[in-house]
Amino acid sequence: MARAKPPLFLARAHYRRRRLRDAARLLPILGLILLLLPLLWTHGDRTSLSSGDVIYFFLVWVALIAVAAGFAPGLSKGEGTEEEED
Amino acid sequence: MPFNLLVFACILYVVFLFAVAFIVERRAQAGRLGWLRSPLVYTLSLSIYCTAWTFYGAVGYAARSGLEYLTIYFGPTLVFIGWWWLLRKLVRIGRQYRVTSIADLISSRFGKSNTLGVIVTVMAVVAATPYIALQLQSVVLSFGVFASVTPDGMAPPDPERTAIWVSVGLALFTILFGTRNLDAKEQHHGIVTAIAVEAVVKLVALLAVGSFVVWGIADGVGDIIARIDAADLSAWQVEPGRWTGLIFLSAAAVITLPRMFQVMVVENDDEGHLARASWAFPLYLMLMSLFIVPIAVVGLDRLPAGSNPDMFILTLPLAEGQGALAMLVFLGGFSSATSMVIVESIALATMISNHVVIPLWLKLRPRAGAGDDLRAVVLNARRLAIAAVMALGYGYYQVSGGSAALAAIGLIAFLGVAQVLPALLAGLFWRGANKNGALLGLLTGFVVWAFTSFLPSFGPGAMLSEAVFSQGLFGLSWLRPQALFWTDGMDPMIHALFWSLTLNVIALCLGSLLTFPAPLERLQGAAFVNVFEGAVGPQRWARGQAEPEALLTMAQRILGEDAALALFQGAAREQGKDGFLPDPTPGFLDTLEARLSGSVGAATAHAMISQLVGRATVTVQDLMAVASESAQIMEYSAQLEAREAELTRTAGALREANEKLMQLSIQKDAFLSQISHELRTPMTSIRAFSEILTEGDLPPDLVMKYGRIIHDEAKRLTRLLDDLLDLSVLENGTVQLNLGMASLQQMLDTALTAARQTRPERSFTIHRDLAAEVIHVKTDADRLTQVFINLISNARKYCTAERPELRIVVRQRAGRITIDFIDNGKGIPKESQTLIFEKFARLTDANRAGGAGLGLAICREIMTNLGGSVAYLPGQGGAAFRLTVPLRLEKLAA
Repeated sequence: MARAKPPLFLARAHYRRRRLRDAARLLPILGLILLLLPLLWTHGDRTSLSSGDVIYFFLVWVALIAVAAGFAPGLSKGEGTEEEED
Repeated sequence: MPFNLLVFACILYVVFLFAVAFIVERRAQAGRLGWLRSPLVYTLSLSIYCTAWTFYGAVGYAARSGLEYLTIYFGPTLVFIGWWWLLRKLVRIGRQYRVTSIADLISSRFGKSNTLGVIVTVMAVVAATPYIALQLQSVVLSFGVFASVTPDGMAPPDPERTAIWVSVGLALFTILFGTRNLDAKEQHHGIVTAIAVEAVVKLVALLAVGSFVVWGIADGVGDIIARIDAADLSAWQVEPGRWTGLIFLSAAAVITLPRMFQVMVVENDDEGHLARASWAFPLYLMLMSLFIVPIAVVGLDRLPAGSNPDMFILTLPLAEGQGALAMLVFLGGFSSATSMVIVESIALATMISNHVVIPLWLKLRPRAGAGDDLRAVVLNARRLAIAAVMALGYGYYQVSGGSAALAAIGLIAFLGVAQVLPALLAGLFWRGANKNGALLGLLTGFVVWAFTSFLPSFGPGAMLSEAVFSQGLFGLSWLRPQALFWTDGMDPMIHALFWSLTLNVIALCLGSLLTFPAPLERLQGAAFVNVFEGAVGPQRWARGQAEPEALLTMAQRILGEDAALALFQGAAREQGKDGFLPDPTPGFLDTLEARLSGSVGAATAHAMISQLVGRATVTVQDLMAVASESAQIMEYSAQLEAREAELTRTAGALREANEKLMQLSIQKDAFLSQISHELRTPMTSIRAFSEILTEGDLPPDLVMKYGRIIHDEAKRLTRLLDDLLDLSVLENGTVQLNLGMASLQQMLDTALTAARQTRPERSFTIHRDLAAEVIHVKTDADRLTQVFINLISNARKYCTAERPELRIVVRQRAGRITIDFIDNGKGIPKESQTLIFEKFARLTDANRAGGAGLGLAICREIMTNLGGSVAYLPGQGGAAFRLTVPLRLEKLAA
């Protein structure tokens, strides 16, 4: 006989957790892109740096921290079930 | 501010830290750590990434090169918010295999090779020395700042004496709390907590100065933004190469710095803490760097030209007359420097003792007795190592003269430890990486780093001659330290970063691709790379010839008497034995090795056990055994699963059979009671009337009447018994069929004639399609006719219509004939439709017409025997039955 299937909402939670892990993996890549982005506009004829750049970097930074903080509880919750390493 | 007060505050602060560490150690020993093992403490302890370099140097860095200082924090931020990639695995491996340091990790992964451990240790020590010097320098500088503004004639402190005092003090503190005991897990709760406290002081000090600058000196955020825009900082230009390279470098360093590895992996109590730290640590970094630019801008603005920007954070409050704030800042800087030095020296001392001293000691005294307590050796080795590391740092500080800008030294150290990164990543994610590859990669990276970054940092003519700088090593122009392979014009830092790591990776890959790993390396590789699958355990010892007593002696030397005895007793009890000497089973040897490696590192523990077990390495056969063992386990579990499924099936079948049996039993009971009832009714009337007859004196017409009743009842009995007999014959399948060709039309004619006897007073209209009935069927004509008669009689008996009609429809399709008998009565209610074919099933007593209720049951059995079926057809405007018979019935094989 087949193993009892988990109910639908559980499967859904499982799926969500997997996608959350994907998102957690993508986050640093997005972060890197955002942090390298100013290279494009600080390069040309501008020689000095404006307060706008400083504000930009700190905003990106805070956003990354906030998103990571949003991910962390969900990620550590699924920690016990490691068998499904995709 | 009086200089004495400063020293006093400093000492008071250190005493406070002592107290914290001491109390926590006491609580840890009592097992009452509670909130001290929280994610908060873990996150704060990670802050040793922010050393004095960050505390003082960041402002100087910002003043010199603008926003570039941010890259030093961006790298760690990316690594931590991407913890799911790497840190999670690193921490899991560290906990699972009781890794004691980054050298231990590398050595353990690549076949527990101590050579690798030694190389990583040497690299770490060399790279850390300038970094420790940097911390000393910053403390000395900050003392100097206070001394220079002392108006009351206090003698300014002698920088050299300050440096010595600081070094000795730090060494003492570290030795006191870092080498108190030889823990199986190499954790130091007291120190970690003290560092967490220092982290708070650092942060508070920096935020306080920042707030003072923004809202005290400047006129709020808007003013600061205006000042940033107004500042003439033409040098503030982001260079793409340096920007990208430094983000990468700091990301690599946060993983490989020995002190970061120590707090992040070795001191980790709970993997869950990492999830919290994944955002909390970047947050800490962000707060630490939030006010750097304002301080730098205001400092450049307010302080006299030529003042050291590295000390702005201290000189600015002093210049504004904020003595208390300056004191706080001083303590913050002091915290940054001391916490870094303490943890770094502990990490390095662990590496030195585990990978250099103990192996040497064991080589010199291979078979020392039980009295030779190795723990004392290990602890003393660590104490000496701490002192030595500190002395090296002090020496470097003396030699370099403490003049170079802080940031440059920090980056050189970063790049040095980053050379471990390729081996680490390959070890964690590539099973094919082997010891030779790691060895080649590490050596190449180290040599290139030393040649292009470390040695040139002393300046031309110091370590490398001027000639080497301009003409290259041995006069080869492609071997110039800052233009390898003729790459002139690169930024020296990026030049070193690019070449050292590129050549490192190339050597690692080539070495791994071209050479073949030993079995133990392959085993460890699989265990590390697949740590989450858990399929491959670490190395397994074959049952060796080790004497349990010798093992105990050795374990006592390292773990101490009590711990070793407890371990052995527990293992013996698990094996079901009394006493302290378990059998040296593979499982026990594995446990023992894991415990030992928590104290002296994997390579040493492995060497010690293999010395006693008498086998130095794992063989290819062992590998195969492990592989086939796990395959067997999988196969076994698959078999179990199949068997379980089979059992479930069987149980299901049994349950069904049981239900059927129960039903049959109920049916049988019902049948018996029904039968006795059916037999008793005619019997009763026969008995009654025959009694009356025997009394005599009856008029002859009554005698005749009673006699007829008796005769009728006897006939009914006979019919009932005939039916029963018929049914049992049919049900048993022992009926003899007379197969032959017969005309369907003739059979129907016969049946209609015979059925006319039933309720002859009713006149039925029969609708037939005679043409369709011209079919010759090969079947048992008598039996089929019997069914026809039964169905037609039923219609005659039960059809309640005023003008009863019966339609007989014959169809032929695909070798089968269907014959429908449809009357125009009220039909059979739906809920009874399945019942009518059961024995003694009669619908209502009102319709009882002398039958026993066996007619349809017999019909069904006959049809089954004839290879056909009978079914009730609903929705025909009356009772309707459909018979299906095969056109040509062949004799059944039975």
